[in-house]
Amino acid sequence: MNWSRNTLPEVVAAPSRFRNPIAKYRLHRSKECTACGRCVEICPYQVHEIKRGRVLPTNAHRCVGMDCPAPCYRECPVNALTLKRNPTFDTLGDFRWPPDLLASTWHMAETGTVPAGGLEYRIGLSGGGFDKLRLQLPLKGMESQDHDIDMGVELNRRQDQAHRIKIGVPFYGGGMSYGSVSITTMLSRIKAAAALNTFCCTGEGGYPDELKPYDEHVITQVATGLFGVREETIKRVKIVEFKYAQGAKPGLGGHLLGDKVTPGVARMREAVVGRPLFSPFPFHSVYSVEDHKKHVDWIKAVNPQALVSVKVSTPTDVDMVAVGSYYAGAHIIHLDGSYGGTGAAPDIAKKNIAMPIEYAVPKVHRFLQQEGVRDKITVIASGGIRTPYDVAKIIALGADGVCTGTADLVALECIRCHNCESGRGCARGIATTDEELMGLIDLEWGTRRIVNMFLAWRGELLKILQRLGMKRIGDLVGRTDCLVHLDYMKKE
Amino acid sequence: MPKKYMIHTRAVPHRFKAITRFGVIAWEEGCLKCPVCVKKECVYKVYEHRSLDTRQMMDSLDNECMNCLRCVQGCPKQLIHKGINPEFKALGDAHWTPDILARLWRQAETGKIPVSGGGYPGPFSGTGFDGMWTDMSEIVRPTRDGIHGREYISTAVDLGRTPRNLAFDEKGALLEELPPLTDIPLPILLRVPSFGSFGEEVIKGWAMAAARLGTFLALPLDRTRGKGAKFFSHLMPILPVQGEMPSKRIKAARLVESPPEDKVMDRAGKAFPSALLSIHLPMVKGVEEQALRVAGSGAPIIHLEASYDGTAVDDPTRAMKDVIRSVHRALVEGGVRDEVTLLAGGGIAMAEHVAKALICGADAVVIDFPILIALECRMCRRCIRGLSCPVEIEKARPAWVAARVFNLLGAWHNQLLELMGAMGIRDARRLRGETGRAMFFEELDEATFVSMGKVKDGYELV
Repeated sequence: MNWSRNTLPEVVAAPSRFRNPIAKYRLHRSKECTACGRCVEICPYQVHEIKRGRVLPTNAHRCVGMDCPAPCYRECPVNALTLKRNPTFDTLGDFRWPPDLLASTWHMAETGTVPAGGLEYRIGLSGGGFDKLRLQLPLKGMESQDHDIDMGVELNRRQDQAHRIKIGVPFYGGGMSYGSVSITTMLSRIKAAAALNTFCCTGEGGYPDELKPYDEHVITQVATGLFGVREETIKRVKIVEFKYAQGAKPGLGGHLLGDKVTPGVARMREAVVGRPLFSPFPFHSVYSVEDHKKHVDWIKAVNPQALVSVKVSTPTDVDMVAVGSYYAGAHIIHLDGSYGGTGAAPDIAKKNIAMPIEYAVPKVHRFLQQEGVRDKITVIASGGIRTPYDVAKIIALGADGVCTGTADLVALECIRCHNCESGRGCARGIATTDEELMGLIDLEWGTRRIVNMFLAWRGELLKILQRLGMKRIGDLVGRTDCLVHLDYMKKE
Repeated sequence: MPKKYMIHTRAVPHRFKAITRFGVIAWEEGCLKCPVCVKKECVYKVYEHRSLDTRQMMDSLDNECMNCLRCVQGCPKQLIHKGINPEFKALGDAHWTPDILARLWRQAETGKIPVSGGGYPGPFSGTGFDGMWTDMSEIVRPTRDGIHGREYISTAVDLGRTPRNLAFDEKGALLEELPPLTDIPLPILLRVPSFGSFGEEVIKGWAMAAARLGTFLALPLDRTRGKGAKFFSHLMPILPVQGEMPSKRIKAARLVESPPEDKVMDRAGKAFPSALLSIHLPMVKGVEEQALRVAGSGAPIIHLEASYDGTAVDDPTRAMKDVIRSVHRALVEGGVRDEVTLLAGGGIAMAEHVAKALICGADAVVIDFPILIALECRMCRRCIRGLSCPVEIEKARPAWVAARVFNLLGAWHNQLLELMGAMGIRDARRLRGETGRAMFFEELDEATFVSMGKVKDGYELV
């Protein structure tokens, strides 16, 4: 897959890798069915198929239920069809990623477009933050037909000696380490990033050789355990990310269970096979902004052209942290909100420590403005970005772009069972180092799924900007007047 | 520094099968017995563990299933379906949710803190403690070798009265004797719950747990005479407003609880000469003034109690976190906060509530139902109606009871270390009243979003 810089990859359909995709609706067919083929004929979504004289709802996952313009269950001449909700569907997901969001993300990953109906693909059920925010758009029919809207985000705003990098879409892949996810998952994400002219971060577990062809699109991470950090890896990339903290477990170290330290992982991390690996917290050499600057200078000495990103979590004084990072010389301040994360973490940390990204971004944006440095640093937000609508909302709250994590895994058919760490790792082959389970994902398929999802995201963002009459995604930054929070809504 | 406090947990199995969320697996008719689900798809070997053979596959309530849906998605005939276990959904109530019960059971069983992958799955915020986040520090660490290292985080707190200042004579000797003070190694006291199917054996188990943990078990005076009596130095008798006092003086008691009635308080002093007196105040309107009065009278400990769902006793819309904050503030403004110990109880259901109650201003918390839920209680309340307990708590042996509670508190202790570690705090005494190191939903949400309420004409919300 080699695309030139300015062309977008094409959507190549990538259907579910499982025999039975999970559908929201079930079309129950009674014995009355005469296999007349009427349902096959009228269904706009090719749900039904005739096979050997029998009609089967082979593509039940495409059924849009009540939203259907030509409902088979009404048109059936012998009333053999009934529409029901699939009980299995309701076992999926959670408040942040309800089943509808999962299924609509799968739809995007399969087809590159948002679902035609039957699924809520914009918000979840968390009851706050993004899920209570709405975009305020001029009524339909007023939108521009402009397709040349600039979706790019400039990452180096310091105008210094480092690379000038503009990513083609307002998102890049957040760090997920080799060891926490399989090499196939990692490569799928990075190949997708390359296809969309953006980046993907390696996480803390080192920089596998398999990634070499994509050096131009890799961000390598320097985290507190310094696993896999070498002079050579820092010289290879255009962006280096310091991970001070992460949203899943703000203020806590990492812990890779012994079982996951396979020979490959151990080699990469320069550790012993089968021994658990602790990533301490925090950087034991940093106590101040001055110490932090020393870190940044160290990277700049090794690779003067590298952009430095600083990934922090969202404490009460996150605004001070962001300004400190700017003065230490960072190009990117990456805020990782407390509801994000993909790896295993104590539940108490995931729920309670640090603030959600929806609060942190406006706070940082305002403070950087007051300090007069907002246009000198790129603000990247992550931690709970699930849909293109979340992307638009967080940009309107003051971020320049976002990092994704969980969404990529959902594109690979993660169902959010939260058992990434139990037994042999992810039973669905996404976050595992188990040889057999890893084999459940084909690299080409994985890449296509993520590319398709991001193309759907880009398409939705384009529509939003067209409706707002904006020429650049950058025009949306900090435009809180484009947002309405339902709890504070007043009709004027 | 005193010796590092450790709770050495070990797995203590359930006596009954736990009710799990994704219990139901249903097979439709038409199964060809191809064993794909059994042999090929199940990563967790659930089918093998339960020696399910295909002939039995009609429907099954399974506790081991991890809900990966591999069998559902792999069945060649699309015959397997999963559902949420209705029995699970029906557990507990709005405060003691099925999720909380399941986590408490698991912690009591394993002694380990709940860990899972994939980010936070819950609602954005909620009432009470759920509308509160704790702080973290990007660069400050509490200890040099990790939160479980040799250099440790202390969770000990003091119970008792501390003088406002010390006075010395010319020779440098203290002018006044210091008031008695006792410390507990973790900021949690246990209390016998207000209902439950338990007798003397279970109470003995709880008393054993309190003794092993180095803390106290609060229980009505008339229940102290049973098998738990030999742990008296770890019991806190609760004196009734009316009724009999012990005939002879009990010197072993170190803590005693009394209602704020002068008569009872007087008699408590006489019957328990060496005990610190804790005054029990229900969280009701005006509790701030009551607390000030009690503190002024010289009582060493105030025990604020919410109703069992974590709200004020007379106002279910007022969360205990707000009552604690308000009492703490009143005592600070009254200039007596450091002279008195503040305990908060009622509705404490998770480890995070301990840290949050301390941040709101308590010195320690009192937990009641968690020590019953540790014994597999399902909060079904059949016992209140005089019906039999589905998990036969009354038959539990004291050693098992003690080990389960010990495990639960071990897991809570470790979770407290996680929160304190993230904050860069290494002494639980320093958590008290640190509201600047927490974030409150009602403040943050309004400050962030209040300006985003204007709906413009000719616009639609998407």
